[in-house]
Amino acid sequence: MERGFNRKFNGIMMLLGAMILGMLLINICIGNVRIPLREVIAVFHGTASDPVNRDIVLQLRFPRALAAMLLGGGLALAGYLLQTYFHNPIAGPYILGISSGAKLMVAVTMVVLADNLRAFNSMTMIAAAFLGAMMAMGMVLLVARVVHNMAVLVVAGVMIGYICSAITEIVVTFAADSDIVNLHNWSRGSFSGITWNNVLALTVITVLCVIATVIMAKSINAYQMGEQYASSVGVNVKVFRVLLVLVSSLLSATVTAFAGPVSFVGIAVPHLIRTVLHTADPKKIIPGCLLGGGLFCLVCDFLARTMLSPTEMNISTVTAIFGAPVVIVMLLRRQKEREVHA
Amino acid sequence: MNEQASIRCESISVGYGDHVVVGEATLVLHRGEILTLIGPNGAGKSTLLKTLARVLPMLAGTVTLSGRDLMSYKNREIAQKMAVLLTQGKDPGMITCREVIEMGRFPYTNMAGTMTASDRKIVEEAMEQTGVKELAQREYAQISDGQRQRVLLARALCQQPEILILDEPVSYLDIRYKLEFLTTLQRLVKQRNITAVMTLHELDLAARISDRIACVKNGKIQRVGTPEEVMDSSYMVELFDLQEGSYDAVSGSVEMEKIHGKSRVFVLCGTGNGTGIFRALQRRQIAFDAGILQQNDRDIPAARALARKVIEVRPFAPVTEEEIRQAENMIDEADSVICTLDETEREHPAEHLKELMDYADRQGKQKTVEELFHE
Repeated sequence: MERGFNRKFNGIMMLLGAMILGMLLINICIGNVRIPLREVIAVFHGTASDPVNRDIVLQLRFPRALAAMLLGGGLALAGYLLQTYFHNPIAGPYILGISSGAKLMVAVTMVVLADNLRAFNSMTMIAAAFLGAMMAMGMVLLVARVVHNMAVLVVAGVMIGYICSAITEIVVTFAADSDIVNLHNWSRGSFSGITWNNVLALTVITVLCVIATVIMAKSINAYQMGEQYASSVGVNVKVFRVLLVLVSSLLSATVTAFAGPVSFVGIAVPHLIRTVLHTADPKKIIPGCLLGGGLFCLVCDFLARTMLSPTEMNISTVTAIFGAPVVIVMLLRRQKEREVHA
Repeated sequence: MNEQASIRCESISVGYGDHVVVGEATLVLHRGEILTLIGPNGAGKSTLLKTLARVLPMLAGTVTLSGRDLMSYKNREIAQKMAVLLTQGKDPGMITCREVIEMGRFPYTNMAGTMTASDRKIVEEAMEQTGVKELAQREYAQISDGQRQRVLLARALCQQPEILILDEPVSYLDIRYKLEFLTTLQRLVKQRNITAVMTLHELDLAARISDRIACVKNGKIQRVGTPEEVMDSSYMVELFDLQEGSYDAVSGSVEMEKIHGKSRVFVLCGTGNGTGIFRALQRRQIAFDAGILQQNDRDIPAARALARKVIEVRPFAPVTEEEIRQAENMIDEADSVICTLDETEREHPAEHLKELMDYADRQGKQKTVEELFHE
């Protein structure tokens, strides 16, 4: 039985990996300019003749696709960690307002540093986003201390998100400076304009967060049964909770720093993965979320770029179209299950 | 039984923040013993348990576990010595019973949680001893409450604990599962020489399963001892502030409140078949007298609890004229008289039953049970 289950898990992981590879290639080949696969391979071999194609592949599409994959995986993982923390399957960085908090601080930082754009690098952005994410997270935690109702917590998170977004709008409006023309697009969510420097920075942070999560996998498993049970099998719950908050905030912040707020990936992907794998074992859910989130965002970014080409949609529009129905179905299913049990 | 002290609480205070719920509590727990905390709701039984389980910080005093300060143990160390079954747990969903039980090995496994062959053997053994083997692949969220408690017990056993802490382990279970769970628990405690400390609301079960009882009320542990020493009827009434009804120490059962007022029925009974009638009368709010009962009669506890007056004779003593006259007075006062013994039983050595029924008949008061309740 156990072995059969592992075979299913391995099969699904391999399938997801293959699909990610396929989507990476599709993302690189297809766009406003269509580049044949042969040409793309030539670019990677360094034998491509057309320098324009080479720039499109190496400077635009490849880093963007990598970023979409990494950020998608990071978002799904952040969602999973938040769901673990709150024992709430509809928790996620976007819905709890954490992405919006990060967005706010990044916007403020951009405006403040507008005169000195040289100080404006990946790490500054991530630091600002992390600060914002922690602030929003702090507010959510304050609410969570008072209310223990899942729905109320989520509504409070949404409200915190609205407040942060409103302040961001004010900041952006007042800073209608040509230097930060990018800010408006970014604040609505997009994977465009990712540089290799960005990719490097977010790879480092994502890998660190994944390592931390893998180390916590055993504790996550125990924590699912409740705090007191976790502590009864030797988990240092206080330390564990702090780590969960830090890692999930850092992941959400990193995504927001580069792509702006991206909706619903954090809720929909972990749910889909749980459903497909039919398990709650973190050792399986963590890789599942990474691959699933990566694939989800690659597909969504592809659609965002191509559906209304040459106009680009913002990423949240697409992730919401696919992600929100998943969340609704999940809620309906849970309700039904509860009725059956009662 | 190994009488060595396993846990020693020296004048500890437990509670939340500054608020002391139970103070100055001193308690010694022994290996191979079940100690049950009883007392009214909100007395602090669960708070005491949670403090022992280190879920809540201790406010004052010291607890030593195997001679060492409880607080000095590392998380992992304590998890290898102490397991808990608490009332509130989260439902993780999509997790099999086996996975839940395997979590009990966490204090022993490596960082990745890899289960070795010996871990698996311990899990199998725990499942066998709690009778949950056939549930292994079932989803934890989809089994009954009774099965879930047994799965959690198996999980606790996987920790190979010296101490087992259980908070109301059988609340919400039906009577079959209550008995099943406590029987399993008792067997395991004796076999594995475990110290079990728990809270129970079921006094009848507490009196039967517990080696010792600790009574918690008004912020104190008021009494500690064997059920026989501690749980006498008058103290139980005091402990739970029983304003209505009564508690019988021998059976560990309760009766509803006695109906006062003019006696309307006299129940002539004798071999334990009166209790049902007493309760039926109480439910209909009918005041009644009962007799003539020897003090070792099975009807005595219910009669004393429910009847307005009871005519009693000493065990094995014959019924005298004195009691017969009392019974006649009660018949005079009542509207109806019923006898729970049939004609053939109203003979030697119980001729007085026949005499009294004839006496009632002459007043037209003799009724059958059916007649009485279908009027």
